[in-house]
Amino acid sequence: MGNYFKLAALGVIALFAAMAANWGRDTAYIVHAIIILGVSGLMFIRVLRQMEQPAMAAPTGYMDDVVRAGVVATTFWGVVGFLVGVIIAFQLAFPQLNFEFLQPFGNFGRLRPLHTSAVIFAFGGNALIMSSFYIVQRTCGARLWGGNLAWFVFWGYNLFIVLAATGYLLGATQSKEYAEPEWYIDIWLTVVWVAFLAVFMGTLFKRQERHIYVANWFLLAFIVTVAMLHVVNNLSIPVSIWGSKSVQVFSGVQDAMVQWWYGHNAVGFFLTAGFLGMMYYFVPKQAGRPIFSYKLSIIHFWALIFLYIWAGPHHLHYTALPDWASTLGMVFSIILWMPSWGGMINGLMTLQGAWDKLRTDPIIRMMVISLAFYGMSTFEGPMMSIRAVNSLSHYTDWTIGHVHSGALGWNGMITFAALYFLTPKLWGRAQMYSMSAINWHFWLATIGIILYAASMWVTGIMEGLMWREVDANGFLVNSFADTVSAKFPMYVVRGLGGVLYLTGGIIMAWNIFMTIRGGVKVTAPVGVPAE
Amino acid sequence: METQSLLQQIADNWLLVWMGTFFLGVILWVLRPGSRKLYADTANIPFRNEERPACANACADGACQTKELQS
Repeated sequence: MGNYFKLAALGVIALFAAMAANWGRDTAYIVHAIIILGVSGLMFIRVLRQMEQPAMAAPTGYMDDVVRAGVVATTFWGVVGFLVGVIIAFQLAFPQLNFEFLQPFGNFGRLRPLHTSAVIFAFGGNALIMSSFYIVQRTCGARLWGGNLAWFVFWGYNLFIVLAATGYLLGATQSKEYAEPEWYIDIWLTVVWVAFLAVFMGTLFKRQERHIYVANWFLLAFIVTVAMLHVVNNLSIPVSIWGSKSVQVFSGVQDAMVQWWYGHNAVGFFLTAGFLGMMYYFVPKQAGRPIFSYKLSIIHFWALIFLYIWAGPHHLHYTALPDWASTLGMVFSIILWMPSWGGMINGLMTLQGAWDKLRTDPIIRMMVISLAFYGMSTFEGPMMSIRAVNSLSHYTDWTIGHVHSGALGWNGMITFAALYFLTPKLWGRAQMYSMSAINWHFWLATIGIILYAASMWVTGIMEGLMWREVDANGFLVNSFADTVSAKFPMYVVRGLGGVLYLTGGIIMAWNIFMTIRGGVKVTAPVGVPAE
Repeated sequence: METQSLLQQIADNWLLVWMGTFFLGVILWVLRPGSRKLYADTANIPFRNEERPACANACADGACQTKELQS
């Protein structure tokens, strides 16, 4: 019966998409309509072929095939996102790389949101979805709830990414940082996200453990908060149902505040709470010992939840936003330092008594460096949110450096560690194909981040000082173009750091591919199994 | 009093007090006597059920008929 309903729904969607492809008012919308037409058409045929089949026995055991797909997707999008990052880094250093024949699609302005969304939402989002599916099953002792709904989440989310990415290249954007996709893509993501929440909650409800392990608290907070942020920040009214353009409901400073309330909590709940959920599972697993202090982890959770949501206004110092609001954001950002470091200490101290593994286990090493970068960027962030510091750092490349030490260091490294942990387990191998390749990845990535962050500190502070330099008569000394030419060497160094990080990512992709194919090369132990 | 000012008053005072109290309550609750043993068990959850769901004879959707607690 359900299949008849699915057929009807897919037919209606395909028909609507065909009409949209015909009547669409802009290229992005037409291309998206064709993509949706293709996807719903293929799904229609797939459902049709399964009609009237005898029902198969319900599978038991953990649902790991969707996690396996997630590992592959995370790796793929990671390499794509890093590659686009390297390209745009060199486009800034050498503007000639904005090739004439690629205009307007290969323009820096269109590739930049492609890069941010590819690394945050495609790489990070797939990593979060697949690891939350893995973690919630193991820590609840229960199979994922909802059967194929988990597959809907996986494919639906990746369809969202394809629509968003093609939209940017074709010029459809609502110009909100980290929230560029237009209205119909936002609606689709909301549907997928609600399904994600349902799968996660459903699994929690049928758990076989009395307590909900702390990693699940963080993951649940990530899912719920991102849903709330996404819906509020994307309140917009389409100009036409046959076009991609929409108009925001909020305007002026209210819109700016809502945007940065969203933007900062995308960092706080997507890139922090979600990845902390990964940390609270994978670090104890890889170290073979329980988390240093479970009490601290609970206090860490509630402190993070209570504080993060207020920090957004620090993005709007010296704007039309009232002073009290930006002071509020600044104060809460500084208080946030405490729980952040509490979490970092909790993760690092889990290795107490097992520090020797740092020498032998490259995966542990990745986790430690990721926690170190978490600590560093959660110190740097509150400092930059102080109004006086912000007057120097705002709009400079210091901000870019800060974001990347957090994203490449903390999010990237913990994700690599999770991938190296999961791949052998999910494909039934003793360990990764090559341990020395993990080592190479570790050093390439670490040196790449250091080159990146150091060059951005130098160039950011330099341009901040150049912008504010005045002569004896109060005239500005430097024009904007002066700062641009002064930044050139640092831009090249930044691009080279990106090349190193990308190389590490490619080595990881090769290593994961070889592990899945099934060889075992080196015999150094990955980790000690739990007692 | 305008709605805006009224709501702001409530948020500035009672909501703040409530959230502060809740947060302090969480800390006190976490530090309560006897929590150490309980949390030691909870912290070990990742080391159980690694390979398969908690009950051996899982029914259709992997859920157990009777809820058994892991020791």
